[in-house]
Amino acid sequence: MLDRTQAPLPEPHNPDPYANDTQEGAIKVPMRHDSAHKHVSGEAQYIDDLPEPSGMLHVYPGLGQRAHARILGLDLEEVRRAPGVVLVITGQDIPGHNQISPTNKHDEPLLATDLVEFMGQPIFAVAATSRQAAREAARLAIVTYEDLPAVFDVDAARPEGRLVTEPMVLRRGDAQGAIEASPRRLAGRMVVGGQDHFYLEGQIALAEPGEDGDVRIWSSTQHPSETQHLVSHVLGVPNHAVLVEVRRMGGAFGGKETQANMFACLAALVAQKTGRAAKLRLDRDDDMAITGKRHDFVLDYEVGFDDDGRIRAVEMEAAARCGFSADLSGPVTDRALFHADNCYFYPDVRLSSLPLKTHTVSNTAFRGFGGPQGMVGGERILDEIAFALGIDPLEARKRNFYLQDERNVTPYGQVVEDNIVAELVQRLEADCDYAGRKAAIRAANAKSRVIRRGIALTPVKFGISFTATHYNQAGALVHIYNDGSVHLNHGGTEMGQGLFAKVARVVAEELQLDLDRIKVLATSTGKVPNTSATAASSGADLNGKAAQAAVRKLKARLTAFASKHWSVPEDQIVFLPNRVRVGAEEIAFRTLIKQAYMARVSLSATGFYKTPKIHWDRDKGFGRPFFYYAYGAACSEVAVDTLTGENRIERVDILHDVGRSLHPEIDIGQIEGGFVQGAGWLTTEELVWDAKGRLRTHAPSTYKIPACGDRPRIFNVRLLDGVENREDTIFRSKAVGEPPFMLGISVLHAISDAVASVADYRICPRLDAPATPECVLTTIERLRREAQGS
Amino acid sequence: MPSNTLQGQGNAGAAADVRASGPRTSIRFLLGREAREIRDLDPGLTVLDWLRGEARRTGTKEGCNEGDCGACTVVVVRPEDDRLSYRAVNSCIQFMGTLDGCQLLTVEDLRQKDGSLHAVQQAMVDGHGSQCGFCTPGFVMSIFAMAKTYPACPSDDEINDILAGNLCRCTGYAPIVRAVKHVYDLGLPEEFGAEDRTILAALGALDDGRDVELAGVNGAFHAPASADSFAATLLRHPEATIVSGSTDVGLWATKQFRRMDRLVWVGRVRELDRIEETPDTIEVGAGVTYSRLAARLGDLYPDFGEVLRRLGSVQVRNIGTMGGNVANGSPIGDSPPCLIALDATLHLRCGAERRAMPIERFFLAYGKQDRRPGEFVEGISLPKPRPGERFRAYKVSKRFDQDISAVLGAYRLRLEDGVVRDARIAYGGMAATPKRATAAEQALIGRHWDEVALAEAQEALAHDFTPLSDMRASASYRMAVARNLLERLLVETTQETIETRLVGQRSLAHA
Repeated sequence: MLDRTQAPLPEPHNPDPYANDTQEGAIKVPMRHDSAHKHVSGEAQYIDDLPEPSGMLHVYPGLGQRAHARILGLDLEEVRRAPGVVLVITGQDIPGHNQISPTNKHDEPLLATDLVEFMGQPIFAVAATSRQAAREAARLAIVTYEDLPAVFDVDAARPEGRLVTEPMVLRRGDAQGAIEASPRRLAGRMVVGGQDHFYLEGQIALAEPGEDGDVRIWSSTQHPSETQHLVSHVLGVPNHAVLVEVRRMGGAFGGKETQANMFACLAALVAQKTGRAAKLRLDRDDDMAITGKRHDFVLDYEVGFDDDGRIRAVEMEAAARCGFSADLSGPVTDRALFHADNCYFYPDVRLSSLPLKTHTVSNTAFRGFGGPQGMVGGERILDEIAFALGIDPLEARKRNFYLQDERNVTPYGQVVEDNIVAELVQRLEADCDYAGRKAAIRAANAKSRVIRRGIALTPVKFGISFTATHYNQAGALVHIYNDGSVHLNHGGTEMGQGLFAKVARVVAEELQLDLDRIKVLATSTGKVPNTSATAASSGADLNGKAAQAAVRKLKARLTAFASKHWSVPEDQIVFLPNRVRVGAEEIAFRTLIKQAYMARVSLSATGFYKTPKIHWDRDKGFGRPFFYYAYGAACSEVAVDTLTGENRIERVDILHDVGRSLHPEIDIGQIEGGFVQGAGWLTTEELVWDAKGRLRTHAPSTYKIPACGDRPRIFNVRLLDGVENREDTIFRSKAVGEPPFMLGISVLHAISDAVASVADYRICPRLDAPATPECVLTTIERLRREAQGS
Repeated sequence: MPSNTLQGQGNAGAAADVRASGPRTSIRFLLGREAREIRDLDPGLTVLDWLRGEARRTGTKEGCNEGDCGACTVVVVRPEDDRLSYRAVNSCIQFMGTLDGCQLLTVEDLRQKDGSLHAVQQAMVDGHGSQCGFCTPGFVMSIFAMAKTYPACPSDDEINDILAGNLCRCTGYAPIVRAVKHVYDLGLPEEFGAEDRTILAALGALDDGRDVELAGVNGAFHAPASADSFAATLLRHPEATIVSGSTDVGLWATKQFRRMDRLVWVGRVRELDRIEETPDTIEVGAGVTYSRLAARLGDLYPDFGEVLRRLGSVQVRNIGTMGGNVANGSPIGDSPPCLIALDATLHLRCGAERRAMPIERFFLAYGKQDRRPGEFVEGISLPKPRPGERFRAYKVSKRFDQDISAVLGAYRLRLEDGVVRDARIAYGGMAATPKRATAAEQALIGRHWDEVALAEAQEALAHDFTPLSDMRASASYRMAVARNLLERLLVETTQETIETRLVGQRSLAHA
């Protein structure tokens, strides 16, 4: 049904004995998500679907009702007396440490004790015999507060300037001097909003007590190892006493990288204290109120450029609303700076972050991890230059692209070695007839009183690797059973992105086995220890390589065994689809396995991988934080109602680079989904806090992610074909989780193009995000005023 | 709880009830092919909680618990015109009692008898329509209901409407829409066949025409079967909560934990489920769902139909009623401004006593309507369009589909030779109630309908409204849009070639 837009099979890049085998391998058929048939039948089990252990308790947090206040009194009598309540716990009842900061900042208590720092911060937890009883009891606490001054956003936080973590500076040359010496210069500000993850499955954890004080936890977490470590920290037990397991998440997008920890810890505490299983599942409204979101940013920029639109120097300060604690705000704001250049060379440059403390929920990871926010700042600068010179925004972009042999060093010293942006943009521009459509739109707009259209083509360059270098490691564990079936464990988690299918495909390719012989097990800290978060788009890169390493160990053992057993040289042992050629004969894979078992060959192996080449010195702002870059470009066309600011996406064309695709269908799904999520971030998804710091958009009735009708009316997505990753990644593929999200930036610029028409394209609209109807109408009215004034 | 097989005792049970006197004290429905009867019921128990809890059917998911994400979508089957109608609904805000007399289908019911996937499920697999899979059962049920309703593949715009109530955060919807189209390539199993006739017969047997009254420790549930017994029940229990589609009352239970001490459900009152027409009017019973109403109302007033197309989602429109929307009195309900602009009449009944009033007088203040204890909305009558009249309604919200309006403007103009002979204008979202813009109307009446009159009417809006700021829009945006929508009205009613609409049937602009 789908058009195959990429050659179906990425062959292993390294020469191997069966690469030239002409027989179709089992893996060469189109593949689906490994759980697709279970998703559609309702049989896929999420944590809340698991049979509940008898006597299980339900846990619910009691939430503070002030944004910033001292807790003077906490009266929990009514809570304890409520029907069904078995246990109430506060910060004082925690046997280990009342701390869940994922970055060891000690700034995030599991349960606030004497100070609340955002509206909705948990201050106690109640365990009851039903979820409803726990939810109702959790609202019965009588808390006495002494209010303290609170700041909620960047503007309010800036004067005092309290930071949650160390800011970062990337600099080269003398940016300010170069700006002042430039023929042209301009400065501006861009405000870009945050975003709720709106994973469809809310936060949940189920904890079951074991012997010796052990606890086993099913958690909807992207980071089982961290959940394990924090639970053991809170319970005051060694890591080995805590087992964390996750089969699948109902979406995560970064929202379960650290945010799942709190709920796992609370469920584990109740299990430890009561000896009963305990489950905590948040209601959607509470989930949205008390878990972190994408950081909103205020970007102040200054740029010097020449009369051709070529940038001489850029200065940008990226100030972020981080919330009350650091969480991941350090690396998030770092990544904003790493992507403020996007595809453009800034000769002299100074980029600085300002991770501001606010009395709001602690913002966290979200697909792109700050990168998108930095990138929109860079794209705004390019638009400013285009308007200042009266040239096409795409032309301004092209004049500033990184080049191959010169003008190819990023503000953090990494040489862009794999740059394909110019060719990629050129192809997309031609394929989608950017110029022709743009001319037609301008002509039509001149005659249209109400509806105006706009078009924009923007590129993406996104750095792949955790900037915390030690995170770039992964492990896998592969068992082959007597009947030739395979168990595959790796450290990555499945949140819908198709990681399990991709890694299974790697194993299938290596062993030449049918996929139904390979079962990917739930991710478990008991199988693969000390794993990294499934994040930073790294899941398939890291875990695919680790699984490959494990399988290659097994293949080596099997080859050595077969060679000896049948007295055939090793180079004549060839793995074929579901069978093995041994000299002149072929035997079934399972026969080989049976024989190997009888000969006492170990059929279980671990694999390990660490990303090569990367290094990063944050203090110096210099290094090679990224193994490689992923590229893409999108051209969006929109229509805007100039009376109301309403807007919609009419057409989108995308060309995206995934190297040699591990799985074209899954990759296209990531691109389509990432694009729409990115477009939602920049259009309808608006977070609104009131004057007391209460989030007013805490449910889908008030927080509007894209619906079916919001997807582009015409939506052409293609993978860039004929390319491979120049780095030695798994089968020369490229990561695909985050980069497509930023293709959505083209929508903001297309709206901006439509808006610019009301001032005859003479004034840069400086359209902020999200471009809600209100934001768009306000911008239109401002442009009309400015046009009249000028 | 006794549970019987379908063929086993469905009819026998009905026969037993007919012999009994007084109201039936149980609710009865089919869960898939299995007959269920429930006697002990917490009236506030939702279908979703029952499915996932007692019935252990965990395929249906909870995403938001407020009827906005569609992860909990199930299909309710009822006889309609001697056929089975398949309606997707949000089980999270549907009370168990409202299942009486229906067949409830969940994702677990879809596999074919040989265990293979239903065409809708297979199409979703083939089309890579699932990623994390959590929204998928809800999508499957919405698409299943679609497949049972549309014999041929709907248009892209129709698919958008059909799926507007199902949120997916992973796929960007494109593969799901491809899967929808693929369903029709695969061919649908069982058209109206033996299975349907069996279900039809079983549901017919459940439909005994008796009042239903359950009283338990957690409260009482009434489902009267006639208007007279509905009226009598409310006279006996004036404090009761009247519930129709429960698209709002459902949230009182799931979010506010309000006790449902006594619920009286409109859904079984036959007289309230009627649309009746005279040459000049259309009278809509309070129990008529938006889904049943939209087409007919859209024929008369295309823009009213367009408002209803964007009101909630299929799941909401399948249970929600205009009567409920009016009785609820929300300042941001979408139908009241339209009804006010059309000068509709509201019919109320208390016991045997009836009264009627112009609908705008019903909305007294924020959250306060002119409804007395024991009184209920019986229906709404609307005039049919008269020559020279133009009706327009414009909904403005952050997202086009399934969003609550920031501003909704509704306008009825009578134009003669370019002069405004009459104007009725009402807005939602601009005041504590849906409210007429009388100053703007006066600025227009008797005037040549042009830019000068427009400017004066726009100025007059400042006398009509002092809107508030909230998470949907600021006060200044609301006022700016209210003014600009008058400009859209002028353009659409005077300059036919100018494009004015981004969504819906764009041709309606100059209809």
